[in-house]
Amino acid sequence: MSRFITQSKKYLSFFRLRFAMSLQYRTAAIAGIATQFAWGFLELCVFQAFHRTDPEAFPMEFHQLASYIWLQQAFLALFMTWFMEAEIFESIMDGSICYELCRPINIYHMWFARSIANRSSRALLRCFPILIAAFFLPAPYKMSPVSDFTTFLLFLISMLLGLIVTVSLCMIIYMLSFFTVSPQGLKILFAMTSEFFQGNVIPLPFFPSRLQKIMELQPFASMENVPLRIYSGNIQGDQALKAILLQLFWAIVLTVIGRLICRSAMAKITVQGG
Amino acid sequence: MITVNNICKSYKAAKRNAGFGESVRSFFRREYDVVKALDHISFTIHDGETVGYIGPNGAGKSTTIKILSGILTPDSGDCLVDGRVPWKNRIEHVARIGVVFGQRSQLWWDVPVIDSFELLRDIYSIPPEIYHKNKDDLTELLELGELLRTPTRQLSLGQRMRCELAASLLHSPDILFLDEPTIGLDAVSKIAVREFIVRLNRERKTTVILTTHDMQDIEAITKRVILIGKGRILLDGDISEIAASGDIDRTVAELYRTYDI
Repeated sequence: MSRFITQSKKYLSFFRLRFAMSLQYRTAAIAGIATQFAWGFLELCVFQAFHRTDPEAFPMEFHQLASYIWLQQAFLALFMTWFMEAEIFESIMDGSICYELCRPINIYHMWFARSIANRSSRALLRCFPILIAAFFLPAPYKMSPVSDFTTFLLFLISMLLGLIVTVSLCMIIYMLSFFTVSPQGLKILFAMTSEFFQGNVIPLPFFPSRLQKIMELQPFASMENVPLRIYSGNIQGDQALKAILLQLFWAIVLTVIGRLICRSAMAKITVQGG
Repeated sequence: MITVNNICKSYKAAKRNAGFGESVRSFFRREYDVVKALDHISFTIHDGETVGYIGPNGAGKSTTIKILSGILTPDSGDCLVDGRVPWKNRIEHVARIGVVFGQRSQLWWDVPVIDSFELLRDIYSIPPEIYHKNKDDLTELLELGELLRTPTRQLSLGQRMRCELAASLLHSPDILFLDEPTIGLDAVSKIAVREFIVRLNRERKTTVILTTHDMQDIEAITKRVILIGKGRILLDGDISEIAASGDIDRTVAELYRTYDI
């Protein structure tokens, strides 16, 4: 038990440091909030144009979509894949990884904790202004409150799983960059693919139904797609539970894959730059 | 005690001649050269010793330090540090050693130094009493004082190096590896770092293994010198024998020439 406490203290302290760091970048936070707010509003305007043309063809209720988009903007830092840790890539590329390897801590666990800390502290700092403002917007654009407590609980669980899936996918990219000279290509390819397939550009319900079925099985759909649709009421009951189980499945599979690559990377590591 | 026995390590390096045609050719067929960084290295270091590990650039000094600190796995050979194989029991091993790489930083760039210290305290699970005692002692000896409250990015190199030294000693390691700790420092900082290391070795009996190109570091800190060149150990002996003839820089340059490294 006491071992468990000291172990978790190691990881919590990353969170503390990250939070302190995020607090330091005040201007960035304010600029981020403004950008997210403007972006969300633009997206809603575009979708509203579609909705006006043919409300029948719209696959979600408009108020569901509004909640989906505001949550997406508020919790952007949790799920966006182009937001990876530059420091990790740098340390692999320029060799400062040697300091990381001098610490009495498993490198996979350390980077995992760091990524979770980084994402959640950023999101925590930025989500409230966006959410509060979104609640007070006029009717079609406003964010709706969650329908009931069970839904809210499912939403929270699925948020957490979505974050874990996101981070374990990023971990695989970090680990693969041990095998390349530059991680740039991998990073861009991965960010583009996951952005599209996780429903960040267009929510998954807007895809043709057969394509949508395939997309929903992919790990990318286990990131922001599930929690956002649970909150907005687009998926409910059994469907929501199934989606959460799929998230759990991907969380386990992706961490196992990441750890296997990590092990083989550690065995053949060379430190670049002397 | 550190025992190193017949350690070998080689790297593969892509090679090509100059010119566009050559670049295109190497895109399709790459030629590799195997560089032997370490070629059957053996030595023993006892507890409390101070050892200077010298040799020209690319001799294999850093590679040795990285193997001893569990970062790299050698191709062959064995090594025991206080009964641990560094690359096999990495986590256990690194908890008992301290490492400073002069050309890199272990402090978090954007936050005050003290935040980095506290993170290290948690990572190493240092008990509070020991952490406070070490932090206070190190602050006094290295004259850190107000530096602890300053973000790392605003420190001068000399100030930063003093903080780096403190950071690697917070968990009271038995062995300290220093890879070019005085590189780029001014005279005052160099002397401060040297005096501190000597004192650390005297008072805490910390084993110190130091690589450097600055022969004055060697004279000031170490009693024993291991000379390495082209991946092999060429000389292992007392500093007084090597420095006997007077100017240590000349003596070492002479040695490099004699061994053709």
